Amino acid sequence: MVLSVKPANAHFVFRALADPTRRAIFEQLSRQGEQTVHALTRHAGVSQPAVSKHLTVLKRARLVQHRREGRETHYRAQPDALTPMVDWLRDYGAFWRDRFDRLETLLERMKP
Amino acid sequence: MSTAANNPVEGSLTLVVERVFPHPPEKLWRALTESPLVAQWMMNNDFEAVPGHKFQFRADPMPNWNGIVDCEVLVVDPQKRLSYNWGVGNAESGMQWVVALTLTPADGGTRLRMEQSGFSPDQKGAHQGASYGWKRFFGGLEKLMGEME
Repeated sequence: MVLSVKPANAHFVFRALADPTRRAIFEQLSRQGEQTVHALTRHAGVSQPAVSKHLTVLKRARLVQHRREGRETHYRAQPDALTPMVDWLRDYGAFWRDRFDRLETLLERMKP
Repeated sequence: MSTAANNPVEGSLTLVVERVFPHPPEKLWRALTESPLVAQWMMNNDFEAVPGHKFQFRADPMPNWNGIVDCEVLVVDPQKRLSYNWGVGNAESGMQWVVALTLTPADGGTRLRMEQSGFSPDQKGAHQGASYGWKRFFGGLEKLMGEME
């Protein structure tokens, strides 16, 4: 059985990234490096409170980290947190390809 | 990561696996819907090709997984399309997916397309929703990861 699921970790990462605005924020941070909430708000096209709310969800999934400097909070991406998701895609892809191999064998054995 | 794609369910994450089998659709359909045959290539199961039927796939338990997949039949369109829910883990941290198996005639046999999808956006009306799909997300990160190496 090639299938391995790590529901606890993967669940939060998948759910956090299910929202397109959060995906865009995460990708922006991955590309541009550390950003303030202000800078992210200019790019995201939604209000600052909305961006802050999205950042909280991303933080809970450990997809971003923050640090305070004066009045500004700076956020940066933690790309390693994507690992459960990448693993999931790889494992399930392998799972289905393996099942298709077995299906092929079965079909050859079955009468027409 | 070429298997991640946008799918009919708007904005959801979808894994696609496709293959052409050199067999007619009738035969493939039997292998997809007759429980003893399904057990031979998928997992032990109490599947019935009846919409609304709840069933389980059961495999040997392993670390992080009790070996059980909770399912419910969604679509039965003989020799064309079969779809069921696919649930693993508990309510708080488990994952719910939809598996759709589509059969189409192909050169020398039948094409089987498996789409496993889930995690559609939880807010409607987000404008980027349509344009900022998972495919673009993974495309962007793939490029980024390539640059980091």
